[in-house]
Amino acid sequence: MTINQISIFIENKSGTLVKVLKLLKEEGIQLIASTIADTAEYGICRIICSEPQKAYDTLREHGVAASLCEVFALELDDVPGRAADAIELFASKGISIAYLYSFLLNGKGCLVFRTDNNSLARQVIQENELKFIPEKDLSKLL
Amino acid sequence: MIWNENKECMSVDARRELQSKRLHRVVEYVYHNVPFYRSKLQEADVTPDDIRSVDDIVKLPFTTKQDLRDNYPFGLTAAPRSEIIRIHASSGTTGNPTIVGYTRKDISVWSECMARCLTSYGITRNDIFSVAYGYGLFTGGLGVHYGVENLGAAVVPASTGSTEKHVRLLKDLGVTGIACTPSYALHLAETMEKMGIAKEDLKLRSGAFGAEPWTENMRHEIENRLGIKAFNLYGLSEIMGPCVSYECDAQNGSHINEDHYFPEIIDPETLSPLPCGQSGELVFTTLTKEGMPLLRYRTRDLCTLYDTPCECGRTSIRMGKILGRSDDMLIIRGINVFPSQVESVILSMPECAPHYLLIVDRAGNLDTLTVQVEVRPEFFAQGFDTFEPIIRLEKELSARIKSVLSIGVKVEVKQPGTLARSEGKNRFVIDNRKLK
Repeated sequence: MTINQISIFIENKSGTLVKVLKLLKEEGIQLIASTIADTAEYGICRIICSEPQKAYDTLREHGVAASLCEVFALELDDVPGRAADAIELFASKGISIAYLYSFLLNGKGCLVFRTDNNSLARQVIQENELKFIPEKDLSKLL
Repeated sequence: MIWNENKECMSVDARRELQSKRLHRVVEYVYHNVPFYRSKLQEADVTPDDIRSVDDIVKLPFTTKQDLRDNYPFGLTAAPRSEIIRIHASSGTTGNPTIVGYTRKDISVWSECMARCLTSYGITRNDIFSVAYGYGLFTGGLGVHYGVENLGAAVVPASTGSTEKHVRLLKDLGVTGIACTPSYALHLAETMEKMGIAKEDLKLRSGAFGAEPWTENMRHEIENRLGIKAFNLYGLSEIMGPCVSYECDAQNGSHINEDHYFPEIIDPETLSPLPCGQSGELVFTTLTKEGMPLLRYRTRDLCTLYDTPCECGRTSIRMGKILGRSDDMLIIRGINVFPSQVESVILSMPECAPHYLLIVDRAGNLDTLTVQVEVRPEFFAQGFDTFEPIIRLEKELSARIKSVLSIGVKVEVKQPGTLARSEGKNRFVIDNRKLK
């Protein structure tokens, strides 16, 4: 029910991001979505890509401070208000969202987020029959 | 056990009298035999007769490492060439090496002082003792070697290198005591692990470690991994070599062989003497040395002297752990900061690699200290996804450093492998203040 996201610790100096992206390029790994969260000194770059495990192995091999972590990816109809409806379901169960980002792909909205309680979040998804993107579909998304 | 109760436990007054007599003698000796000291004393308008007691030591000029370099190789040697029986040299990373010549009596005093150290570590004539300091120009190997022989234990002159062979000898010979640098001790432990030899396979029980700074954490690690009690052994070749001070069972500072090496603590900025209990730069005057006696030699080592009684029965003054070097001391917001203090905090954090950089700057009129530290690769392994662990580590580090230094610092976590590795001294500090 979750997908693997690559999270990369990045110091705020030029050249770090380029190195990461070049490594993925050389391996023919395609980005589906990415976002950078930042503080004054550091950033965390979060990437959804076609082959997360391969991306992770490549980055680690080259000394990049990357990790693989489980996040949820919900597919939503491209209609105003769908995100609010979905998140409300989680909030009503007391689940906190650590971070969230979204993108549009093939006319569908995609909501990627991390929660503080994955098992409860799974339950919410099942009970409400929310449509989630499974890991194996990542390479097909493109 | 105590090797020489007469000297190690003598009353403070009697020792003072002995030191005073010896101080007068050594000043007279260098005045007549070392042109460098004669002119220094004349400049200071001091004659040997002005030095009647150790209280008069403040009248004497200091000697620095630079003086040794400027007088390379034999300019500070007091004994005639025919009396010198050994010459050691320290590596000169900057400029001339330091040359020290020893007379037969110097070697004998050294062996006596070293035997005192070894006895304090529980070594007797029934032990087999391995010396894994480098033999050669460095004073460590031969210095400890002669002490072990003087004591009557069997010495194994292992030196450094061929670590696997050494481990085998430790096991096969049933070696009970060892002297080496603390880092070599850990290297030995690693080699043992690789060879599949457990500490229980060895009879080692006591170790003398020195010649480089080490922390309490390293002491515990050495003790656990080798199954021994680890003692500090301090010395410097300019003064003699290993044997200048040694820990007893109380491990409450290192007893100085002060009937031979008279210690003082000075403020490294003002050069004025400081009382026991205050930290500053350690200064030694050799009281009995013939080959190259030194007056008030500035060691650049920072520590504190303690004259409080020790439970072991020795009455000699003790020196605390070396806090750092006066030549890399930073004064930040009026507070003395030694990089080694920060280092010991970093080494105590399992998340951190032993690579760091201190950056001192001035924002407005306020000094700032930034500590950059690398985390270990495991820190970013599976599951790292938020700033929370970084922020927690920064907070923990800055709180611990603040409690040691008494000043607030900014901590920056760096990725593994991003900080420059040190290639020499003072590479861990960047001082961006333009104060002069």
